[in-house]
Amino acid sequence: MSSTEVPIEPRVHYLNADYSIKSWLLTTDHKRIAWLYLIAITFFFTVGGVAAVLMRLNLLEPQGLLVEPETYNKLFSSHGIVMIFFFMVPSIPAVMGNFLIPLMLGARDVAFPRLNLLSWYVFMAGGSLVLYALIAGGVDTGWTFYTPLSTLYLNTHVMATATGVFIAGFSSILTGLNFVVTIHKMRAPGLTWFRLPLFIWAMYATSIIFIIGTPVIAISLALIALERAFHVGIFDPALGGDPILFQHLFWFYSHPAVYVMILPSMGVVSELITSFSKKKIFGYHFIAFSSVAIAAIGFLVWGHHMFVSGQSIYAGLVFSALSMAVAIPSAVKVFNWTATLYKGSISYEAPMLYALGFIGLFTIGGLTGLYLATTALDQHLHATYFVVAHFHYIMVGGAVMGYMGAIHYWWPKMSGRLYPDGWARVAAIIIFVGFNLTFFPQFVLGYLGMPRRYAVYPPEFQTLNVISTAGASILGLGYVIPLIYFAWSARYGPVAGPNPWNATGLEWTTASPPPTHNFEETPVVTEEPYGYDRIAEEIQVA
Amino acid sequence: MPNSHAIVAEQFDDREQQHEAASLGMWIFLGTEIMFFGGLFAGYTVYRNLYTTAFEAGSHLLNAKIGALNTAVLICSSLTMALAVHAAQTGKRKRLMGFLVSTMVLGGVFLYIKFILEWLHEYRDGLAPGLHFTYSGPQASHVALFFCFYFLMTGVHALHMIVGEGIMTVLLIMAWRGKFSERSHNHIEIAGLYWHFIDIVWIFLFPLLYLLGAHF
Repeated sequence: MSSTEVPIEPRVHYLNADYSIKSWLLTTDHKRIAWLYLIAITFFFTVGGVAAVLMRLNLLEPQGLLVEPETYNKLFSSHGIVMIFFFMVPSIPAVMGNFLIPLMLGARDVAFPRLNLLSWYVFMAGGSLVLYALIAGGVDTGWTFYTPLSTLYLNTHVMATATGVFIAGFSSILTGLNFVVTIHKMRAPGLTWFRLPLFIWAMYATSIIFIIGTPVIAISLALIALERAFHVGIFDPALGGDPILFQHLFWFYSHPAVYVMILPSMGVVSELITSFSKKKIFGYHFIAFSSVAIAAIGFLVWGHHMFVSGQSIYAGLVFSALSMAVAIPSAVKVFNWTATLYKGSISYEAPMLYALGFIGLFTIGGLTGLYLATTALDQHLHATYFVVAHFHYIMVGGAVMGYMGAIHYWWPKMSGRLYPDGWARVAAIIIFVGFNLTFFPQFVLGYLGMPRRYAVYPPEFQTLNVISTAGASILGLGYVIPLIYFAWSARYGPVAGPNPWNATGLEWTTASPPPTHNFEETPVVTEEPYGYDRIAEEIQVA
Repeated sequence: MPNSHAIVAEQFDDREQQHEAASLGMWIFLGTEIMFFGGLFAGYTVYRNLYTTAFEAGSHLLNAKIGALNTAVLICSSLTMALAVHAAQTGKRKRLMGFLVSTMVLGGVFLYIKFILEWLHEYRDGLAPGLHFTYSGPQASHVALFFCFYFLMTGVHALHMIVGEGIMTVLLIMAWRGKFSERSHNHIEIAGLYWHFIDIVWIFLFPLLYLLGAHF
């Protein structure tokens, strides 16, 4: 990591323009709102992480080491709800998307800055309600709120939790709306659609999913609330309702929500791979359109969660075929990234380690997804640890790796300072090792038939469970190290300069940290993105 | 906002960009609303197929004539809204205020009919599941489900109407203070889109809820 020029610290930038609490809590600056989200979701990540630690500790012993089965149910429910709705969904979109979209577009801010701040407050209101529910006693429905678990049959704090998720959903909707309008209307002169960075394409596809999917889960949760409040049978079979209908409505949002989590990471990886290979991205149009294709097909695959729920087998066949079709645009991306690496001048800074980790782990997660999309195999694997391992390879191995890569890559832009690259590489490797040690044994456990969501298990599964818990502690360590060096870097890190990675893209043409209005004057774009061949020539000349 | 003319928020280059962004934002918002109501419509459709006779029986208990009257009232309010937008575009402040008031009045009439002449009536007749439900004909629990959807769908629609009335009030005050001109009437147009959207939702709700098994 070397800065080629002597950085000239701008006298006033968005961080030091005003230090008061009020200037943060009432800010409409997209960069500051990104920080607000970053702090909030780091907190929620910790909450969800603590629940995961307790679960893994409990599974050290076949009969359960720590907690009652009832508490265990609440632990995995809290882990799922907090991690998905309050960490994964807002992670890259709300933090990196907010920070980067206007910078990458050469705009002064998003289209609706006040709406942007409002969506943070809406998010915090939903999050607070869920935290209240957790402290008051928690829910044991799983993150899916399946009926009849979420009916009055088991009376935990479903109302508060569902309301919290409902409210937080509006934050997603408003963020998605803001991004789509911003990308359509706020591009700098000359920045045509096919000159946009691939991160923007990914965020565009993500925003479309936010807009189309989130209202449906909102109404489903509203129906659950109605059912509980007025004792009418909408989903509760005891009252004449149809629990399968709830599953349909739930997965209509929640499967596309998986793509909300992975698409932004794919966008990040497209940026990282090309930046650290110092080579123009291979197949720009294919990567751009594969994001849109994933978003589109992603809306047609929800039934693969319901192969064993009593859904028609013919519907199952169609959902199976469509689920396999999603693998095509995903594979297009992986092949294009690999082709970008070919003959590139690759360097292995921390963000690149995360990007490479992403490609490997996402490939495993994606391929095991094909197993689960096969109706016959799914009879055996449904609701086992194989499923748990599969989606953690996508979400943690994929999405969180992308998120970590993004934070490491754009940290110098966000804070204006560098972090110790050696430590960052060590942490990346620890996370990679810890992750695989945690979740690979779970593929085996699931294949051998260990069901998910149980506090106890037969003794012959203990060895693999102990390995998994050991891996989780390594993974946890890997997540703590970056917290420490980022906190250090924010205050004591060396000054980064505008472009520490010698990367292309409008965000690297302005100062670090950027001034409040991002650019001294509106940039004019005259060429395709990722012109690394030109940069290489410039370096040779110099 | 100190001055009504030529206000361009700092993130925009010019008024045209601001106008386009605001319209697109509203259209996208309406898209999310369609998905929101779409979930309700999907659930309704599933149960209407499962319990066709019970849903028809439930539908017969609604007053289709009052529903039709209300539909007419709402369509008229869309007309006055469209005229309000036209008045704003041509910069006629008095006409604009007049049409905004008529839209609000018609919206108020709709809500009065909905709440007082329909909901209150149905509640007294014992058709409100969970609160006061005394229907004892065949498939009573499925008729209750029909009324559940009826109250939810018309309730969510009425909620949108109430929000719309609030928006109209703000616009009226802005118009009264002379905030709009031929060149600056973004708010009116966007509120118009919203109002027409609520109207269209009702156009779908009315036949779905009131006209099952045509009982005229």
